[in-house]
Order: sequence, then C-alpha cells, then structure tokens
Amino acid sequence: MSMIRPDEILETIEMIDRENLDIRTITMGISLRDCCSFSGKQSRDKIYDKITRLAGNLVRSAQDIETEFGIPIINKRISVTPIALVAESSDEEDYVEYARTLDRAAAETGVDFIGGFSALVHKGYTFGDEKLIRCIPEALASTLKVCSSVNIATTRAGINMDAVAQMGRIIKETAALTTDSGGIGCAKLVVFSNVPEDNPFMAGAFHGIGEPESVINVGISGPGVVQSAIKKIPGEDFGAVAEQIKRSAFKITRIGELVAREASRRLNTQFGIVDLSLAPTPAMGDSVAHILEEMGLEKCGAPGTTAALALLNDAVKKGGAMASSYVGGLSGAFIPVSEDAGMIDAVRCGALTLEKLEAMTCVCSVGLDMIAVPGDTSAETISGIIADEAAIGMVNNKTTAVRIIPVPGMTVGDTVEFGGLLGSGPVMKVNNFGNSDFINRGGRIPAPINSMRN
Amino acid sequence: MKSFITVIGKDTVGIIAGLSAILAQRNVNILDINQTVMDEMFTMIMMVDTSSLTCSFSELSTLLSDYGKGAGLSVRMQREEIFNTMHRI
Repeated sequence: MSMIRPDEILETIEMIDRENLDIRTITMGISLRDCCSFSGKQSRDKIYDKITRLAGNLVRSAQDIETEFGIPIINKRISVTPIALVAESSDEEDYVEYARTLDRAAAETGVDFIGGFSALVHKGYTFGDEKLIRCIPEALASTLKVCSSVNIATTRAGINMDAVAQMGRIIKETAALTTDSGGIGCAKLVVFSNVPEDNPFMAGAFHGIGEPESVINVGISGPGVVQSAIKKIPGEDFGAVAEQIKRSAFKITRIGELVAREASRRLNTQFGIVDLSLAPTPAMGDSVAHILEEMGLEKCGAPGTTAALALLNDAVKKGGAMASSYVGGLSGAFIPVSEDAGMIDAVRCGALTLEKLEAMTCVCSVGLDMIAVPGDTSAETISGIIADEAAIGMVNNKTTAVRIIPVPGMTVGDTVEFGGLLGSGPVMKVNNFGNSDFINRGGRIPAPINSMRN
Repeated sequence: MKSFITVIGKDTVGIIAGLSAILAQRNVNILDINQTVMDEMFTMIMMVDTSSLTCSFSELSTLLSDYGKGAGLSVRMQREEIFNTMHRI
C-alpha cells in the first residue's frame, strides 16, 4: 500500500472539521425473542438484563473509536425486537410498562435512543399488536428515549387501511399527551410502508425477526461533504455532478464501514450493515436541501427539485455500494424538514410545500419526515397523508414513512422547537378538504400487480 | 500500530521539539515527518508508532491537543486506518 499523502490526510480532516463529516449512529440491534413470558414482570426483567448485558459497553466502545480515529460518532442507539411480539405472550393488557423498561435500559447503558416499541400490522393485527398500538401515546409521553414505529403496508400485502385510520388517531393522541413540549411524542413515532428490518436510524429502528441475536448497524452522514464537492464544479453537466457525488459517497461510506467493523469487533457482535444515508442536522453546512440548491436551484422546492433529489439519491447509492460489503437499512438521502436548515428556510419562504415534499418522497430514501402541521389537523387528514405515502411505497417497492407532528395550539407560520437533532419546524399548510368517508371505509387495499414477482 | 499526528496553525519556534518530548516520554517512535506551509498556515504531519504506548491512546491524544491549544495550534492524533480506508482501495 502506498504511503498516505499529506493532502489526503488534510482532505479527511477538512471533511470532518469544516464539512461536518460524522458517523450519525452506531446502533446495536438486540433480539428479545427469548424474553417472552406469561408474567409481564418476568419478561421485562429479562429484557432489562439482556439489553444492559449486551449493550453495556456500547457507548464506551463508540467513544474509544471516536478518539482513536478522530471521527465524531453523534449517537449511540439500541434497537430491539418489535415489542408487540415479545409482550403478547404475557397476560397483560397495558404495555406501557414495557416502554418504561426500555427507557430504563437506555438510561443505564447511556444510549441516546432505543427503538422497537413497534408492531407490524400490514396485513392485520394480532392481539398483541392491538394492545401495543393502543399504548403508544402514553408510552411516548411517559418515556424519554423510547421510539415507536408501526408498519401498515408492504408491496406484498397491500395497505391495512384500518391501521391507517387508527394511526391518524394515535398521532393526535400522542400530540395531545405531549402538548407541553410541542407534541414531541410524535417526533418519536413513525408509520411505515415496507419497513426495513435493519435500519439504524430513529425513530424507525427495530431489530427484525430475521436478524441474529445481536448486530451492529452503522448509519453514516455527511451532506456537507457532498455539497462542498458539487461547489467545486460550478456549471458542469449532470454527468459530472453524479460523478462528484459518487466519489464523496464512496469516501464517506468507507469510514462507515471501518467504524462498523471496528465496533463489531470490540463488542464481539456481528457486523450487520452500513446504511448509506445522507442524514442532515439543523447545523449550517449539514443540509440535504443545500445540496439540491448547489445544483442550481434558487430554493429547495423549486421546479427541478425532484429530479435533483433523484440524481442525488441514486449517486449516493452507487458510490456507497462500492465502498461497503453489506449495505442495508434505508440507504439514500433523508429529507426531514425540522432537522435540515435548508428545508426549514425553503418552507418559511414558501418554496417548499407538503405536496412537493410528497413528490420528493417518490425518489428519496424514506418519506414525509419531521413535518409539523397545525394542531387542529384532523385525524382523518393525517390518515389520508399516511395512506398516500404508503401507496407510493407499496407501488414503487420502496420504503416510505410518515413522521408528522400536529403541534397542539399552533397554526401555519408558527415554529415549534424540539431541540437537539430534532431541530425546529415551521408549521406547514395542510390540504384540509374532507376525506373521512374514504378513511372510514377500512379494510385492506390489495397488493398491487407488481407484488407478484415469483 | 501506526498513527498520524497532524499539526495545523501558525509556525512558531519549538513545535516539533515540544511534541517530540511528549511522544518520547510515552515511548512513541517518530517514523516520518512532513511539513509544509500552505496559505501561511503551518502544516506538519508526523507518522508515529503507537504500538508500545505507555499510556492510553486517549490520554496521549488529550496531551497533544492540550499542548497545541497552549501554542495556538490544532493538534490531533488519528490511527492510520481512517486515512487508508478512505483513500486506498
């Protein structure tokens, strides 16, 4: 191997120092399938013991890697088996205590978030799924670090419209129970179509049933690096832009791969995947919207935005796929509104609307993410937004999701502050024309013809 | 185990001497030094062998960065793998 040149060392340091290159998260997935019990208490004791035993050194190891390699690792997280699967063996009706147990385990291990207060109901509910979903508002209101997700659609199963209708109400209830903090409970709740089983990002992370006992998944970041790379080639054509993005994505992902392997070695845990996502933060120079603007758009949301995002998303995957042996999770560009300074600006000045964001979710990695809407938005309207997003995911064989916050007491133009990585969101205008007869039909939208792939 | 120490800042007398002393006391051997002045900024890159360190990596890392702060320099130490991984296939 040839000697590393000084300019290469300085390039890496510049990416970290000036362009906010970091590892967004090391997430340890832990199976709780052996923690079922007829007694809820016994089940929760097993859960607490297993999580604190397996993830006891997670934070410490991540900090050591951060120091030795000089790369910031922003979050350390845990994902667990969807709790509906674990809790439903017990005779309990109320699963909130399971969420509190996860919260205590998260506090004990020192992680930032724990994901998996979840249920998969794309084709229908089990008794456990029903109980868990009912408990989501209180679970999120009475814990700090627990994240929840519900999968309501897949390409193979279609869309469970009963669950769509219910999740509209659950989101409203969650907002109501966390009124004092701007409805922050909803920022920890994601409704999915085609949810991946190995996603390291929150709030949607859980440890899927096809996963091993425990696993290390890493989510990368680095919108600033991509933006700087495009800045270096003003006026050049899209072939050149795609090439620049691929090169940057490759370099970013190589770091993710290194960190993932190092973390799994130190924690004696299988390496799962690197999630090739461009994850923005509210900090300046860490915005996906600014990448799109760097391509020549006055503001994110201007005509051309969807095409720009399609190019970005594809080039990130192409560059990243060459850099890692195992790729998974959500992998692509995230477009959360409140977590991205450029998106926030674009909404404030009227360039970016909910409908444009919906179009963008056809070509980005996830969906409508961290969208603040007026507090009086009805449950049916929220369900309609979820149904539309689920349809996009179902028909296009991709993951889509909705993380929407009907902010109690706020209206269009107000700003809700969540703080930290969750940022601050301008409350967006929603189309309030009625849809309750549509939502109240219930049942299941059949799987599309392209689900028959065998 | 090899690591790179990168020093960036305004050139002053005794930077290398100061850092070398810290390294020698902790049994770190200097393998190579490269220094340049770019845009009036002094940049020095030192390749060192940290396999026989007599303290922890993070302690040495903190010592170096504190020394740098005292002299108005940014000093960091990183294991070589991060650069190899990013720039060599």
